[in-house]
Amino acid sequence: MKNIVILGAGTAGTMMANHLHHQLKHPEWQITIIDEREEHHYQPGYLFLPFDIYSPEDIVKTIEEFIPKDVKLIKQQINRIVPTENKIQLADGSELPYDILIIATGAKIAPEETEGMKGSEWQKSVFDFYTFEGSLALRNKLREWDGGKLVVHITEMPIKCPVAPLEFAFLADSFFKHKHMRDKVEITYVTPLSGAFTKPKATEALEHLLHEKGIHIEPDFAIERVDNEKKEIVDYGGKVIPFDLLVTVPTNKGDELMERSGMGDDLNYVPTHKATLQSINYQNVFVLGDASNIPASKAGSVAHFEAEILTENILRYVHGEPLKEEFDGHANCFIETGNGKALLIDFNYTHEPVEGSFPFAGIGPLRLLKESRMNHMGKLAFRWIYWNVLLKGTHIPFVSATMSEKGKHYA
Amino acid sequence: MEKIIAGKNITVNEEGYLTDFNQWDEKVGEAIAAEANVPLSPRHWEILKYLQDEHKNQVALSIRRIGKSGVTDIKEFYQLFPVAPLKTATKIAGIPKPASCI
Repeated sequence: MKNIVILGAGTAGTMMANHLHHQLKHPEWQITIIDEREEHHYQPGYLFLPFDIYSPEDIVKTIEEFIPKDVKLIKQQINRIVPTENKIQLADGSELPYDILIIATGAKIAPEETEGMKGSEWQKSVFDFYTFEGSLALRNKLREWDGGKLVVHITEMPIKCPVAPLEFAFLADSFFKHKHMRDKVEITYVTPLSGAFTKPKATEALEHLLHEKGIHIEPDFAIERVDNEKKEIVDYGGKVIPFDLLVTVPTNKGDELMERSGMGDDLNYVPTHKATLQSINYQNVFVLGDASNIPASKAGSVAHFEAEILTENILRYVHGEPLKEEFDGHANCFIETGNGKALLIDFNYTHEPVEGSFPFAGIGPLRLLKESRMNHMGKLAFRWIYWNVLLKGTHIPFVSATMSEKGKHYA
Repeated sequence: MEKIIAGKNITVNEEGYLTDFNQWDEKVGEAIAAEANVPLSPRHWEILKYLQDEHKNQVALSIRRIGKSGVTDIKEFYQLFPVAPLKTATKIAGIPKPASCI
């Protein structure tokens, strides 16, 4: 019997387990998935939790219910990967050999990378919303906060879901309007980028929205430290931004397991071929989702498209065929803009987000890079799709793993 | 698009970054630096050379990596190139603007 081992039962790992168990069956193959956690979180929900749009039970389920019965689930911490010996060392000292390894250990916040971020004001006036705990603590804070300077901040790129902090700023604007206290809140969006986003057309559209909503933008801000006493953030150039409430996206890093195993780069991301998803250093190791270093968005939609392509490549690898360089960096993201509206962007390595219609060229019903209620409905419906379609590895009709250029208005 | 820098016809993109490093020389670097109000000292040149070497070796540049480079630290990098240092320094060095992954 041959072993496929998947590390991590989050979005990417769970989808791979569901794809592969249809293809590689007993008794020839044993698929094992390892994750020490009990719960599977719908991470996009962390954005809505602080504003009481979602409640905790909307976004938390068990890991078990999404893992197929013929896939073995091991709930244990992983001590080390030994890629030269094709084996995994678990925390209890036992070892697990593999023929094929799939790394899907994700990315997480590392506030300790920035001086003073996890200081005396952490979860008092300095919050993250990239963890369940952080998001919930922020909800409790926002319920009682009586206004002042709200600073929404990105520490450094890359981060998971790079549009989430923008969405947070938009939703905050909408939230305070509904509470009839928008005049008491000054919102500033602070980013290390030169503008609201990394791609020119989307940046233009998003900066227009920031302006329209009275959100001030501070670009090119590379944070050096958080001053807990003065309640301000200071950048390396000496620029200072005061806050009453700081909502920050700390540095994101891959899992420490990569550091322990000597398999990560300086942010613990695994060097990966951007079109085949094979690891650069080991032929029988594949990487998908946030754990890899490929220049695509760290987002669930990317993991979903990768999973379809990686499944085929793993089957090619099993049959001794050459891998297909098929992954194009396709990402598809809803951007909540507040007041019951949202934008949709669809892009890949080479094509930036532009206006158009999706998924049917010229018809829609969704509009690209334009605010609409339909897009917002799409974002809300997505939670159902995530739990019921996406994790199970079911193909989403009309949305292909590689990006379509049809219906898009490229200049 | 074409732009005359230091008396030479140079191909740049819409943000002013050179698209062909072969067209770069120190005079071109100085002219771009002057336009960005960065007077170049020997220390600036050490860092520009480092950036060019890293680019040649296909290393993805980031502020974090420069902080750990041993060539300079982030504090000094900001003192030398006060406004958006990595973007300014790469433009002067004639190499592409570092891609921030999204």
